[in-house]
Amino acid sequence: MSVIAFAKNWEGKFKKSTYELVSYAKDLASRLNTQTLILSIGEVDESELNKLAQYGADKIISVDDSRLNILSSRIYAEVISQVVNKEGASYVILSDNNSGKAISPRLSVKLKAGLAAAVLDVPKSLDPFIIKKRVFSGKAFAYVQIDSEKKILTLSKNSFGIVENPAVLNIERFTPELADDIFKIKVNSVEKADDKMILADADIVVSAGRGMKAAENWQPVEDLSSVLGAATACSRPVSDDGWRGHEEHVGQTGKVIAPNLYFAIGISGAIQHVAGINRSKCIVAINTDPEAPIFSIADYGVVGDAMTVLPKLTEIIRSGE
Amino acid sequence: MNFELTEEQEMIRDAARDFAQRELLPGVIERDENATYPTEQVKRLGELGFLGMLVDVEYDGGGMDAVSYVLAMEEISKVDASVSVIMSVNNSLVCWGVQKYGSEAQKQEFLKPMARGDKIGAFLLSEPEAGSDATSQRTTAVDMGDHYLINGIKNWITSGGTASTYLLIAHTHPEKKHHGINAFLIDSKLDGITIGPHENKMGMRASDTHSVMFNNVKVPKENRLGEDGQGFTIAMKSLEGGRIGIASQALGIASGAYELALKYAQERKTFGKEIFKHQAIAFKLADMAVEIEAARFFCLKAAWLKDQGKPYGQASAMAKLYAAETAMKVTTEAVQIHGGNGYVKEYHVERLMREAKLTQIYEGTSEIQKIVISRGLLA
Amino acid sequence: MKILVCISNVPDTTTKVKLTDDNKQIDNAGVQWIINPWDELALTRAIELKEDSSNTIDEVCVVNVGLNQSDATLRKALAIGADKAIRIDAEPLDAYFVAGQIAAYVKENPFDIVLSGIESSDYNGSSVGGMLSEFMDCPAISSMTKLDVENENIIIHRAIPGGKQILELKPPFIGIVQKGITNEPRIPAMRGIMMARKKPLEVVAAVELDSLSHIVEFELPKAKASCQMIAADQLEELVHLLKSEAKVL
Ligand SMILES: Cc1cc2nc3c(=O)[nH]c(=O)nc-3n(C[C@H](O)[C@H](O)[C@H](O)COP(=O)(O)OP(=O)(O)OC[C@H]3O[C@@H](n4cnc5c(N)ncnc54)[C@H](O)[C@@H]3O)c2cc1C
Ligand SMILES: Cc1cc2nc3c(=O)[nH]c(=O)nc-3n(C[C@H](O)[C@H](O)[C@H](O)COP(=O)(O)OP(=O)(O)OC[C@H]3O[C@@H](n4cnc5c(N)ncnc54)[C@H](O)[C@@H]3O)c2cc1C
Repeated sequence: MSVIAFAKNWEGKFKKSTYELVSYAKDLASRLNTQTLILSIGEVDESELNKLAQYGADKIISVDDSRLNILSSRIYAEVISQVVNKEGASYVILSDNNSGKAISPRLSVKLKAGLAAAVLDVPKSLDPFIIKKRVFSGKAFAYVQIDSEKKILTLSKNSFGIVENPAVLNIERFTPELADDIFKIKVNSVEKADDKMILADADIVVSAGRGMKAAENWQPVEDLSSVLGAATACSRPVSDDGWRGHEEHVGQTGKVIAPNLYFAIGISGAIQHVAGINRSKCIVAINTDPEAPIFSIADYGVVGDAMTVLPKLTEIIRSGE
Repeated sequence: MNFELTEEQEMIRDAARDFAQRELLPGVIERDENATYPTEQVKRLGELGFLGMLVDVEYDGGGMDAVSYVLAMEEISKVDASVSVIMSVNNSLVCWGVQKYGSEAQKQEFLKPMARGDKIGAFLLSEPEAGSDATSQRTTAVDMGDHYLINGIKNWITSGGTASTYLLIAHTHPEKKHHGINAFLIDSKLDGITIGPHENKMGMRASDTHSVMFNNVKVPKENRLGEDGQGFTIAMKSLEGGRIGIASQALGIASGAYELALKYAQERKTFGKEIFKHQAIAFKLADMAVEIEAARFFCLKAAWLKDQGKPYGQASAMAKLYAAETAMKVTTEAVQIHGGNGYVKEYHVERLMREAKLTQIYEGTSEIQKIVISRGLLA
Repeated sequence: MKILVCISNVPDTTTKVKLTDDNKQIDNAGVQWIINPWDELALTRAIELKEDSSNTIDEVCVVNVGLNQSDATLRKALAIGADKAIRIDAEPLDAYFVAGQIAAYVKENPFDIVLSGIESSDYNGSSVGGMLSEFMDCPAISSMTKLDVENENIIIHRAIPGGKQILELKPPFIGIVQKGITNEPRIPAMRGIMMARKKPLEVVAAVELDSLSHIVEFELPKAKASCQMIAADQLEELVHLLKSEAKVL
């Protein structure tokens, strides 16, 4: 009956999203009156595992086989399913990130467990088990009922939050049985991408306008952009004046973009500018003028001087990572 | 009556739309401004089969119906009428004439490469003194026994500089008036042909329009299209179908401008609300929508008649007249709705307005369509 | 070698989603159906590989689990260049059901490479490819951004956080493709549209299989509220809202 959350590590460390996952698992387990089990695969220090206990893990099952430091969805699904069967668990929860997306479908077939991917909330009902997820690329939500006895969820980032719930650290080691031929894909090489985000592909865009006053004032814009892993953009007069390159110019006569998050800093929001950015999912405007038209299309607005707002914002985001 | 498109017609419309949006839209403003011939785009048009879509499959065409042709012309013209006029002339003026009146040898030699888009065709009818009055042909094709000798000048020739194949109209027996006119298939590289400069046009600036001069050009006997003296009929019949192409071009120009204006009217705010919420603007858009829909029905009706093998001359003249007038009106209003932005190039509507003007002029001016239609009333 | 591309039939991505009055279903009136954009990229790459005579791809097939409203979409796949389309005649109940049906077909009719898109712009998320690989008990490569065939070897690039991996493997395998696998989805040519008339669209019966989940209800997002103003000295609040309300950080 228990709930198992798969806590993925990144080179031996967990991220905030893992804490959120554990918090969510704990919440679900309490609703079901059952135990919260956390599964960690690969080599992770005890001190790092102890952090997970702070969010309510009744037991941490650690599979610290160094062969498993490299992620393979096929092997991980095999390991997780062995643990699920051994523990008789009914619920498996993974983060909705690349690894969760790759492992969960395999696990679903192995365990014959219905999968609800990218869930957004706690279940709407436990019996039948109904839960909310995003469909049609976010243009609608669906309530999915999982009909099988075992159930798998992948949790969307930031849909639950982190809730502390300290528990005593209780680690159990587990050695899975793995056939050797399961390790067979040959990795020829790994290349690092260069860090510069391409504007058209960027999920987050930090864009600034004439309100920045001069080319020399762009450092705070660059800083915010780099802490967010974002691309930078600008309004047309900014590139016309040569403060920034033309490849950054967005709008009717520049690039048309549709990022998840668009920061319009010191940009008034002229219709020609807006034509290039109004398909953004979320727009944040920072402007000294409370009447600036940009606020009429923004989702969040801050009235203030960019030169003071930006460094503060950057610092808050950096310290929150 | 059935207003449903077939699955295949929808697929063709979608293919044309995807092509126009992905491959014609980027750079359309620059090509127009610099009068740059769309070499790459025309090549792609050929690869996708649009340049010969009406030609039978056995001659390497697409074997598609005229309704599909209207749909494709509309989508392409929404974005770039300089490209769609090349498509229209090749398909409905040149290829059609060869397929309908050509000998088997002419089809093998001239039709196949044009249908594949490997070669482009041009239609040479207009002259300095023969535009609306196409019977006043001064270009002569004298029968020299084993060949024809061509002399004269043709004006306003779309694809005049790029075409490999000319469908030329010229007089052989001036005394027989228009019964003495012949049509010829000519390789544009023949000795004695010179091409004038690229005309510096108001719109459709990326299509190449030239005068073409003929000085003692020898054309083999077997290159005459149809019977001796059939040339004028061939020209007029070609134009009947050509008008469906230009009508659909006008329709596309109008609907392209309308779509931009509708979007803009929902974004632009004045006096605290979207301009669409000002009735004066909303009613303009309503009028535009009605006229475009009517023009579309005219085009599809003419195409349908053609596909059914029924007479379509009257219908295609009505379609051309109505669609061209609609295009001019709608594009002018689209500029108006865009305000100052409408008057600059980046917003596309001023270009569409310049393009619309041409649809009232070529392949028979609006006045000439009324002559055709009114004569038809008594027929 | 033979390639199979899984195709899901989805509403055009520009479609405005509307619900039926009881919120139980998507209102399909006026919806234009298209090939799921990621599947279209996979199909385009498969056809490019087949056209490149330096490798030995003999056949590219497409498969869809769906009712006859998918036929137009499958014929478009044929027009783009697939040699044969297979429709497994059943309502696509959930990803498990869809993957199970395709697996049953592939067990009877083996393929060397099976491709699917990383995402489906409707319900099934990124699950079908992964489930299929488990049903088939073969490797799956996710986030594939490049696919080349060299003799009997398959060379693949896969996106990983901060870079890419270059892998080599032998068929059979399941590839889950994302953007980058090819430049642009291919536009069907007139010739292709014409030839699609004559290509086989095989309708096969579904096998007995239970789905594991079903959708009970839909909900539309709330209308965009007016701009929420945050004081310049409360930027923590802004970051919090971006994370927990807008969910964009
Ligand atoms: C045909 C045409 C096409 C155009 N195409 C484009 C286009 O593609 N893209 C485009 O961007 N523009 C385009 N424009 C220009 C457009 O009309 C606007 O002029 C332009 O977008 C304004 O840029 P801006 O917002 O950076 O500058 P401004 O309009 O000058 O706005 C500056 C903003 O900064 C704010 N500000 C000032 N100081 C500060 C501070 N210290 N901190 C925070 N905020 C501050 C001000 O309140 C003001 O709102 C086009 C114009 C035309 C006519
Ligand atoms: C860009 C472009 C591309 C072209 N492409 C081609 C081509 O590829 N091949 C080709 O052969 N031609 C082509 N043409 C020529 C075009 O078809 C002629 O320009 C058109 O037929 C009008 O002829 P015109 O210019 O001699 O005008 P005119 O015949 O001199 O007409 C002048 C005006 O008088 C009006 N008018 C004339 N006669 C009458 C009448 N009886 N009653 C009432 N009003 C009348 C006309 O409507 C017009 O308003 C092209 C023209 C242009 C501008």
